[in-house]
Amino acid sequence: MLLVLLSLVLLLASSMLALSLSRNPSRAQDAGAYGAVLASLCGLLPAGRVLFTGRTDTLSLPWPVPLGSLTFNLDPLAAFFLVPVFLLTGLSAVYGVDYLKSYAGRKPLGLAWAAFNTLTAAMVLVFTAANAVLFMLGWELMAAASFLLVLFEHEKAQARRAAFIYLTAGGTGALMLLAAFSLLGQASPSLDYSAFAPLTGHAASAVFLLALCGFGLKAGFIPLHVWLPEAHPAAPSQVSAVMSGIMIKTGVYGIIRVLGFLTPWQEWWGWTLLVLGAVSCLLGALFALAQHELKRVLAYSSIENVGIILMALGLGAVAAVNGAPVMAALAFAGALLHIFNHSLFKGLLFMGAGAVLHAAGTAELEALGGLGKRMPRTALFFLAGSAAACALPPFNGFAGEFLVYLGAFKSINYSGAPALAGVIAGLSLAAAGALAAAAFTRAAGAAFLGEPRTERAARTHEAGPLMLFAMGALALLCLLAGLAGPLLLLPLGSALASAFGLPAALEAVRASAIPLVYISAAGLLLLLLAGIAVARRRAFLGDKKPAAGLTWDCGYAAPSPRMQYGASSFAQPLTDFFQPVLRKIGQYPVISEYFPAKASFSTEAQAVFYNSVYLPVGARIRDLAFRFSWIQHGRLQIYIMYIVVTLIALLLWKL
Amino acid sequence: MHTFAELTIVFIILMDLALAVTGSLSSCIRLVALQGVVAGVLPLLAGHGAPHLRAVAFAAVIISLKGVIFPWLLMRARDRSGAGKDVEPLISYPASIMLCLGAFIASSWLGSRLPLPEANVAWIVPASLATIFTGFLLITTRRKAITQVLGYLVIENGIYIFGLALFVEQPMMVELAILLDVFVAVFVMGIAIFHISREFDHIDTAELSELSDWRRGEYGK
Amino acid sequence: MEIVKTLFQFLAAALLAPLLPGVINRVKAFFAGRRGQPLGQLYYDLFKLLLKTPVYSRTTTWVFKAGPIIGVASLVTALALLPFAGRPSFFAFEGDFIFLIYLLGLARFATVLAALDTGSAFEGMGASREMQFAVFAEPAFFLGLAALARVTGQPSLAGMFGALTGDTWRTAAPVLALLTASFFIVLLAENSRVPADDPNTHLELTMIHEAMVLDHSGPDLAFILYGASLKLWLFGALICSTVLPRHTGSWASDSALFLLMMFGVAAGVGIVESVIARLRLTKVPFMLITAFAFSALALIFQMGR
Repeated sequence: MLLVLLSLVLLLASSMLALSLSRNPSRAQDAGAYGAVLASLCGLLPAGRVLFTGRTDTLSLPWPVPLGSLTFNLDPLAAFFLVPVFLLTGLSAVYGVDYLKSYAGRKPLGLAWAAFNTLTAAMVLVFTAANAVLFMLGWELMAAASFLLVLFEHEKAQARRAAFIYLTAGGTGALMLLAAFSLLGQASPSLDYSAFAPLTGHAASAVFLLALCGFGLKAGFIPLHVWLPEAHPAAPSQVSAVMSGIMIKTGVYGIIRVLGFLTPWQEWWGWTLLVLGAVSCLLGALFALAQHELKRVLAYSSIENVGIILMALGLGAVAAVNGAPVMAALAFAGALLHIFNHSLFKGLLFMGAGAVLHAAGTAELEALGGLGKRMPRTALFFLAGSAAACALPPFNGFAGEFLVYLGAFKSINYSGAPALAGVIAGLSLAAAGALAAAAFTRAAGAAFLGEPRTERAARTHEAGPLMLFAMGALALLCLLAGLAGPLLLLPLGSALASAFGLPAALEAVRASAIPLVYISAAGLLLLLLAGIAVARRRAFLGDKKPAAGLTWDCGYAAPSPRMQYGASSFAQPLTDFFQPVLRKIGQYPVISEYFPAKASFSTEAQAVFYNSVYLPVGARIRDLAFRFSWIQHGRLQIYIMYIVVTLIALLLWKL
Repeated sequence: MHTFAELTIVFIILMDLALAVTGSLSSCIRLVALQGVVAGVLPLLAGHGAPHLRAVAFAAVIISLKGVIFPWLLMRARDRSGAGKDVEPLISYPASIMLCLGAFIASSWLGSRLPLPEANVAWIVPASLATIFTGFLLITTRRKAITQVLGYLVIENGIYIFGLALFVEQPMMVELAILLDVFVAVFVMGIAIFHISREFDHIDTAELSELSDWRRGEYGK
Repeated sequence: MEIVKTLFQFLAAALLAPLLPGVINRVKAFFAGRRGQPLGQLYYDLFKLLLKTPVYSRTTTWVFKAGPIIGVASLVTALALLPFAGRPSFFAFEGDFIFLIYLLGLARFATVLAALDTGSAFEGMGASREMQFAVFAEPAFFLGLAALARVTGQPSLAGMFGALTGDTWRTAAPVLALLTASFFIVLLAENSRVPADDPNTHLELTMIHEAMVLDHSGPDLAFILYGASLKLWLFGALICSTVLPRHTGSWASDSALFLLMMFGVAAGVGIVESVIARLRLTKVPFMLITAFAFSALALIFQMGR
């Protein structure tokens, strides 16, 4: 525990140092990056130990905070979230050194590093706080630091807009969480987690709903996701990696914690989670398919994955309420494992997208292409990450989804609610998987394969060595975590036990080691067979030299890169089919002459929920607010009068 | 024997799905006729032992009515009214089929909730409810008047099967009454379609609403 | 002794798979009144292609060469999961059919990326259509397997097909019939057979699967063709195991019956190809949605039992 505290101190100190070294960008970079890496190494040790021993580590400082005590609690659940925090922030810091180099002199790098390390420290605080006040402190610090990072390129109007939406979402969420925590702590003397009295009935449901909305605004499932596809692409790429990889998981963590406070659960909570998750994973994958910018594709894919996690939680809750503990345990285990796996591959993918953005100056898919030749290593790592994101074996994305599937298929022995929940979860996972595969082949294909579509894309260069190191490490981790599925079950089991209890069900999770061992074996067999195929191919070729030629052009003599299948055309059959949901806006050429010379065509993916839900509602609220504009005079005296009147009213009410 | 009856029920549900996705008017008419015939055969399969003579005769009447006379009338109405060959749905076919599937899920849930006597063939109640819903689907989401007649016929098939679940041996009185209604309805609508098309050159129901005074805003003038 | 049998089954599947396209072609030739290619034409083709020197487009990168290799490796791995006549293969575990579906997904992922690597409009078109069909085929296939798991109460392929007996056909005939129909439609679409795609077409614009592999040559093309025959075998084996529960107790007669049935399925595909025309491209999703509806109906039937 002390080591975690040490890493907290390291993070905060290095962020102060980076801020004070603002004048000298390279020094500030060093301070920030070394701080982050050292803190990560410091923090990984205790988190790993807690996970493997299963013992909770508590540190209480004799310094009371209002409504509680200054207590840090490193239980296996917190440790399970801390491992990806430290892994990802450490590697992101390494990546960031190269990535931010080109901004030196133009941007306040010291401030950026200070915000980055503060963001990490805030997340550590969120996960280890054993008290609602500390938690909210960390939560708001996290929101503030990430807000600054979203505003990194504040000269772009899009970034300012994103930051504004993000700020609104964060503020609303925090308000709801305050309400939820005050309801939870209503009957108890302090806001320590351990002191929360169990709630029942409507009060419990109210807390659940408030927490779901409050945490959901951070987790970014549909329909609370509107800020996510705006804010994640706006931040610098290593920050996007951290935000998408782990920061949105703080919302999931909060939901899990609150579910822990609210036993016994009510069945409709589980259904709510399940349906929201299913909708998020299907629509997230579908929207990802329609986006034109690489980082937005990844942001929508994060919504999909949060949906998968939420759906697994809902499946588990429905199963647990209906007396199917084995099914519940497997679903929860799948949710947790997917949290870990997603943080690895999404971090990797955002870094890859950052490398593209860095090299080509744009991440618009229609302006890229052929980067695989110019940045081969980045392409390799990005493709590995894409395969993991599509849950393809032998990469890590598969293991978590597989556990969810196993849980869903336990439902074949039940009838009624668990059976229905199992079918919904399994089917949504399968459909979302197919859509995600389409989205990622499209994104990877348009960016890295084929011929460059613009001059600029043809002149790109490979990413810097530190960026490559961070991406390579994550890609390797993705592969290893995919092959080492059974080994991950031990920490998973202790995290699960500390989150949900369910002691009998832990046996089931351990029993799922058998399929996971088979899967690892089959994954190794796959690699072996691929190796054999490579060797055989080489043997068949012998000393023959393959000829080089043109791509088959169907007799057309002068194909140009613009004639490739672009990202929009690749997605068109599917986006047309789902047009009622996607509502993309298109401008189609009208050909009237016999020899049409020039025609233009464009499609634009809409932010459907923002445009058709939030904007109208927002407009309605604004209209309503203007009715009360007579209260606002802009005169100080009257405002002070308001305050005095309110105080007197409160006093009278309390009398 | 009951496996055979079950397979027949599955066949009826598949025909519901087929009706939801068929784009050709004539095959729609044929499907409805076939469904009527299959539904007419069903009571002979569902009962125990050899069927009564009375039941056989009744089935024969129904089959000839639904399998021969109705399709003939409808085909005639289609040809004379120049209704064209397509059904012109208001929603896409995938949406139709998903609605149909959803209807089947809902009706199997409903079937397990309804306080009905234990049917001796599984799925008879959900199948009948799903058929009724398919009829509604045809009526509400297809543009032409003739598909509305088809929808009524599908609903009648559904009600017939539902009656079968309630009174395995005695569906006749209920059925005869409904059948008479439907017969008159088909007859009247056949004539109506014919006459409307002669007056207006088309049988598009959307345009029939033009006839309403209220729509034109002339009401009360 | 068991392991020898398993090995024998695996080798039989791996070696006999290229015979299936031969059977299909012979049936089609029969319907067209021709003599047709020899039954083992694909073996000759594979042999010939393996000895050829490939040509690579200057646009391509390692992704293009990796595509066929990953494709064939994942399909051979899938074969190691596939029960043979209701008996388990090397790998049989809880939820193995999910792994199987994702292995097929990996093969598709690699093939599609290899196609996009050429930068050709035609191959991009093929890749796009392949992904589109997959989005509709995968849920149908998944739901079908889920229904099968529910019918038999077993969560693994070997368990499902081992538990299917003649009795299951007597009690759950409608469910199994619907599943067989659904699997057959998915087979046709996933293996680019006629109503969805035409393996014999020579016009790039109308190709789907063929368009994706236009640029592959030599050993790479051999890997692709072999992988395609394995995929056909895989789907065929699922249908056979559903339709043909284990009747006899002996391994030899079961296996013989299974092989016979496999060629029966291939002949069925040939007949379908001979008697119906190709669907319009925009109608193929409808066909797959029909398969989905069949699977869903089967599952609803089984759940309400």
